This record gives sequence, structure tokens and C-alpha cells, in this order.
Amino acid sequence: MTTFTPLASFLGGILIGLSAVLMLLAEGRIAGISGIASRLFPPYADRGFAGRLAFIAGLVAAPLLYAALTGAAVLQTVSSNLVLMAVAGLLVGFGSVWGSGCTSGHGVCGLARLSRRSLVAIGIFMLAGFATVFIMRHLIGG
Amino acid sequence: MSILVNLGLGLLFGLGLIVSGMSNPAKVLNFLDLFGTFDPSLAFVMGGAVMVAFLGFRLVLMREAPLMAPRFQLPTRTDIDARLLVGPALFGIGWGLGGFCPGPAFTALGLAAPGTLVFIPAMLAGMWAARLIAERRNG
Repeated sequence: MTTFTPLASFLGGILIGLSAVLMLLAEGRIAGISGIASRLFPPYADRGFAGRLAFIAGLVAAPLLYAALTGAAVLQTVSSNLVLMAVAGLLVGFGSVWGSGCTSGHGVCGLARLSRRSLVAIGIFMLAGFATVFIMRHLIGG
Repeated sequence: MSILVNLGLGLLFGLGLIVSGMSNPAKVLNFLDLFGTFDPSLAFVMGGAVMVAFLGFRLVLMREAPLMAPRFQLPTRTDIDARLLVGPALFGIGWGLGGFCPGPAFTALGLAAPGTLVFIPAMLAGMWAARLIAERRNG
């Protein structure tokens, strides 16, 4: 069980949206994490590499800033089934680049731009997510 | 300068993921569990983020150019091809298995849960493979 947190979630969403808007204002680019992360390695680590690495470093350091600001620990429950997590990682990585975006690029930025491609992508990954959790929890896991 | 700005943007994005609960796989999986322990919180993340981005993008795009780059670089494609159907399907399955999408996985790195430490290298390998294969097919 997790607690329903509409206000905190909405507030967090506003911060995410703000970051995406400022990214467009500063760099003229869409804040798509899969696009940023997938071009950290050769042969794609060319122009803008330092900026992309700095953005990812900011993501990684964010929990420290959160803990410093609020004094609260970051809540996180990750599956310890390592085979499952390896398969999940491969699928998330491959699928997000193959489909030109993830929850940030398609989900936030694409919806905000009313992109037809993003709308299709969101519909598909939401459905796939619902179906996967249903199968894992209610058909297999029980 | 660009490095500092990007670091700040990453921090802000990451804070948003943490405050919203998006960085907790348990919350993501409950959001996806419509017929079980459904927690609709993440719909509010999307609501807040899209609302701000929808208005903000319009304001920003009234400018001739961004502040630190010569021009805006927005996606221009509108076609629905096979890759747009297959990619998000695979992504969605992985998201439903692990509860992580790419951004939250990075914010989880610091807590160093074994699942995270396996997920991230696998994710980066998957991303890299997808880029290589896509390019080989196109070129």
C-alpha cells in the first residue's frame, strides 16, 4: 500500500514542468531523460556531452538536496529480484530510445506540445504498464 | 555556464520526481495496479507537469531563440511508424516490471538499492543498443 498524495504529487509535477520549461528557455531543447541519457556514451558523446552529464548529475544529486532541505529521508522501495530488475532495465532502456521518448519526453513535453506521436506513445506505454502489473500481481503473483 | 544551468535543471527535475513520489517504484507500481492497491497520485504529477509545460512552452516559444543556443530544436515528426508502437510497448512492460522509468532510476542511484544498481546499467545498455540498431537500419 502507498498513501494517496495528490497535493505533493501535483507540487512535484509543477517542479518537473518548471524544469522542462527552463530547459526549453535555456537550451532550446525538450527535457527527455531517455534522449539525454542515451547520448552519454560513444559514439554519441559529442556536442553537448558536458551539459547532458551535468543534467544527469543533478538528477542523481537531487535526493541529497531534498534531504538537506526537508530533513526527511527519500522514500523508495525497489524490488530485490535482480533478474527481474535487469530485464526491466533492458526493456525500459531499449524501449524508450526505440520509441523516441519516455515518461518525460513523450509524457510531459509531448503532451504539452499536443504531439500526436507522443499521445500514441503514452497510450501504448500506459496500457503495457497496466497489463504488466495486472499479470505480475494478479495472474502470476497473486 | 551551460554545465551549471544543466546541473540546476537536473536538480530541479529530480526534486520534482522525489516530492511527487514518482521516484518510488512502489508508488509507480500501485499507480499501474488498477485492480489492486491502486494509488492515483501519479496522475496528479502528470497534471501539474503538463499544465506548467503547456503554458510555459507557449511563453518561451514566443522568443526568437533560446538563451544559450542558436535556435529551438523541437521534434518535427508527426508520422506513426512501427517503432512508435513497439518502443513504448517494450518500455511500458519494463516500467510495469521494475517501477522505474529513466529519470526516477537516476534519482534512486544514491540510495544504492541492489535493484537500482542492476537496473541502471541494464537500462543504459538497452538505450545504447537501441541507438546502434536504429542507426544501422537507417544508414
